[in-house]
Parts: sequence; structure tokens; C-alpha cells
Amino acid sequence: MGGGEKPQLIINGKRLDGRMPDELRPIKIEVGTIRNAVGSSYIEWGNNKIIAAVYGPKEALPKHVQDPERAIIKCRYTMAPFSSLEEHGRSGPNRRSTEISKVTKEVFENVIMLEKYPGAEIDIFVEVLQGDGGTRAAGITAASVALAASGIPMTDMPYGVSFGKVGDQVILDLNKIEDNYSDADMPIAISPRTGDILLLQMDGTLTPEDVDLGMHMVRKAGEYITKLQREALKQSYEKISEKYKK
Amino acid sequence: MKIRTVTEDFIKDLLMKGQREDGRQPMSYRNIELKTGVIPNAEGSAQVIMGNTKMLAGVKVGVGEPMPDKPGEGNLITSAELHPMASDQFESGPPSPEAIELGRVIDRGIRAADMINSKSLGIDEEKVWEVFIDIYTLNYDGNLFDAGTLAAAAALYSARMPKYDAENEEVIREGNLGRFKIGGMVTSSTFGKIAGKVILDPDGNEEAFMDARITIANDENYLRAMQKGLGGSFSQKELETLIDASFQKSKDLRKLIISKVE
Repeated sequence: MGGGEKPQLIINGKRLDGRMPDELRPIKIEVGTIRNAVGSSYIEWGNNKIIAAVYGPKEALPKHVQDPERAIIKCRYTMAPFSSLEEHGRSGPNRRSTEISKVTKEVFENVIMLEKYPGAEIDIFVEVLQGDGGTRAAGITAASVALAASGIPMTDMPYGVSFGKVGDQVILDLNKIEDNYSDADMPIAISPRTGDILLLQMDGTLTPEDVDLGMHMVRKAGEYITKLQREALKQSYEKISEKYKK
Repeated sequence: MKIRTVTEDFIKDLLMKGQREDGRQPMSYRNIELKTGVIPNAEGSAQVIMGNTKMLAGVKVGVGEPMPDKPGEGNLITSAELHPMASDQFESGPPSPEAIELGRVIDRGIRAADMINSKSLGIDEEKVWEVFIDIYTLNYDGNLFDAGTLAAAAALYSARMPKYDAENEEVIREGNLGRFKIGGMVTSSTFGKIAGKVILDPDGNEEAFMDARITIANDENYLRAMQKGLGGSFSQKELETLIDASFQKSKDLRKLIISKVE
């Protein structure tokens, strides 16, 4: 899908950054990055650096957007103008980010107990400070942690991760250069408790068998990502209790 | 705001018995009518009537500059419009997230299937062809993804390729013109989930009470684009079944397009 000469992305079974086909990039999650937010998190996923912040529940405004039976979610995914290796981007939403905001919102409509807050809104912000492929999946993983940290009741803590295809090889967690020259890209978000698919997008060239293999990689990686999400939350409370020991 | 209505109860009760309001089976399409060449001024056009959903796609071709990182490659620009005349649910103004999603999902299918190979759209070093596909919703009654993809694919498939007169820097749009070189022929199948039941080609009433939606676009051999929508979910097993169903359903849709282009 990218232009220009296609680089060789897999050499002797290894990817350009040394990963195996089913290997995730290193992931680090922190909780409580934005003090003003009700819940927030910061994720480093390979070279991706993303902040997620949650505000609310608060009265939904303007009034006509209110739902008398449940809370509504407003989600804003954006990439900072300095976030990409290429030229300066434009700040604020564009067609791509509008779509990502929509599908991210729809992920969390599955798990937030919206009926507890009729007439309210819950705001989710995902800001990509540095992007290197797979930002929507990493953003969902971070937003999940921010929501859990906010104390808003949820039935599960979803994670996101993508897979794709380079040549004949299905690979997990594509970085930017892999994404640019891949034959297919399929971002996924899963509810680990039920195993249900909450986000699914795809474009490129895949067979049904590739989808099966990729989904298997996604679920295996998901077990690890879920563990990281939980540990990040636990650590944030450990930090607080240490503070009170003194 | 969603109010539980007689319609909702009716639709859900019927689905529990495997039936639908208009008498269809869960996994069948409404009657589809396709007409190409409806806008002779456009290089390509097609109108799709799917039940009461009516969509019109027009292809216009112009001359532009290549993207800096893709010399010699043409541009394909697809957008969808939820026209306010098509439904009282649509409003005037900048494109809604729904319209953007619709346009982008249709675009990804066409692009991924290489329906029009962008490398075949070069003119010279500075100029390339720009292909605009605009998809209009004229009347809304559900499943704009499939109707829109069908209209766009048929419009492209039937479009005539203009010629460029380099001496006079003119685009020749009339006379004896060929067609575009078409790669994969993409169509899509969209499924809705209502109260745990999965149906093909949801109409407007069904979409109003749908928990989740999935669009699967493929050509003869490969999956080309997929998109899950709305606040519900699908299981892995459902996904696998629906991918198979989409490959099955696409056979008739492809035949329909080919039959309408002589």
C-alpha cells in the first residue's frame, strides 16, 4: 500500500526490528499521567507514545445529545502534529481520526455500564504524541486502563492489538514501516472475559485461514497485554499506599 | 434516544422465529436493482435500489498531480454523502462520523482489491489521473455499505477512461474511449446482530434496533476489507461463519454487476 521501493520486511524469519512473526513490541503502561482527569494512563508501545484520559460521568451537553436511559460516550482520538516521522501534520480531527474515534467509542460501549448514569456523558481522550503504527490498538489498551483507573464501572477491560500480512507471513503488531508496505492490516479489540470481538477492521489481502491464524496470535498476545494492564493499575495503588505510610 | 416501540418488539419477536418484517430469510438480500450509465455526463455511474434504499455513485476523472511519495501513480478519492433529503435522520452540515466511516470502508474495499490500479493512472512525470468516486444516498432504508459498494464498483466497472491531449492540455471525454483496467471486483456483505440473531442486509427498521454490524468486502479470491460497527460484538465463530457467507453471497453480486455492463 505504500509507495516507492518495497523494502524486505522479513529476513531469515525475523522482522526488521528483530521480532519473530508473533512477537509484540515492548509495552509499558503507567497510570495517573494527567492529574486533572478522573482517570488517565500513558502507554509506550514500541515507539508509540500515547496518553489516554477520561473525564466524567458529567451532565451530557448540549442537552439534546442526552439519553434518558444511559450515559453517552464521547471519544476523541487525535495525533499530535509532531507525532509522525514524516512532515508536520495538521492538529485536530480529520477523516481518519474521526473514524478511529467512532470505532474506539464503540469498543467501550460494550463494557462501560452506561445504564448507571442516565443523561450523563463520559469523555475519552486518546492523544498520540508519537506514532509508529498500531496507534488505535495501543490507544484502546491505554484508554481501557484509564477508564478502570477512573472507577467508572465496567464489565471488562478490553485490549487492542493488530495483525497483518507481509508476503506469505501473518505477523502480529505491525509497526509503521511494516504497515506501510504490508499486504494487509487488521486491528482488533477483544473483551478478554468473554472473548468477543469489539473492534475489527481490515484492509488489504487476506484469506479466511490468515484470519484464523492472526486471531490466534492476537488472543495469545492479549493474555500478556491484559496482565500488563492489571499490573499498571495495581502499581498505581501501591504508589498511593506508600505515600500514606510515611 | 431509543424508545422501545411496537416496531422493536415486532422485529425481535419475528427474529426469534427466524422471520423478518418483509418476509425474508435471515440470510437473504432484498431485491436488488442495478442500473449503470444513469448520469451520462459522468465518466461512470450506477444506481442501486436495494429494497427501499436507493444510492447513486458517480465517477469523475480529472487531471492532477501525483502524491510526492508516489510518482507516476494516480489518485483515487472516494467519499459518501448521507444526503439530508434521504432521511429525516440525516442533517445538513459537515460529514458526520457515520458518513466518513461509510466512505472510508467502501474506499478500502475498492483500493485493497486493486479495482483500479493506481499505477495505471499515470499520464506523464507531472500529471496523473484523479478518479473521484462520489456515493450519494438518495433514500435511506438500511445497509448503505453494501448498496454503496455495489454502486461504486458498478460505476467504476462501467466507467470510460478519458484521454489526455498533451499538446492542448485538454481532457477528451467523448468519442471512442476505452474502459479502466479493472483488477479485483469487490462487493461487500453486511450483517447485523439483533438480540443475538444475525441477519444479512438489515433494512432501516432493523438497523434502528441493531446491536452490532459487520461489513465484509471481498473479491473472488480474497478478503479485502472488513469493518465492525456499533456498540455490540461478534464471537470468533460468528466471524468465521460470516466470512464464509460473504464469499457465497458475493458470487451473485459480482454476476449482477457484470450483467449490467455490456
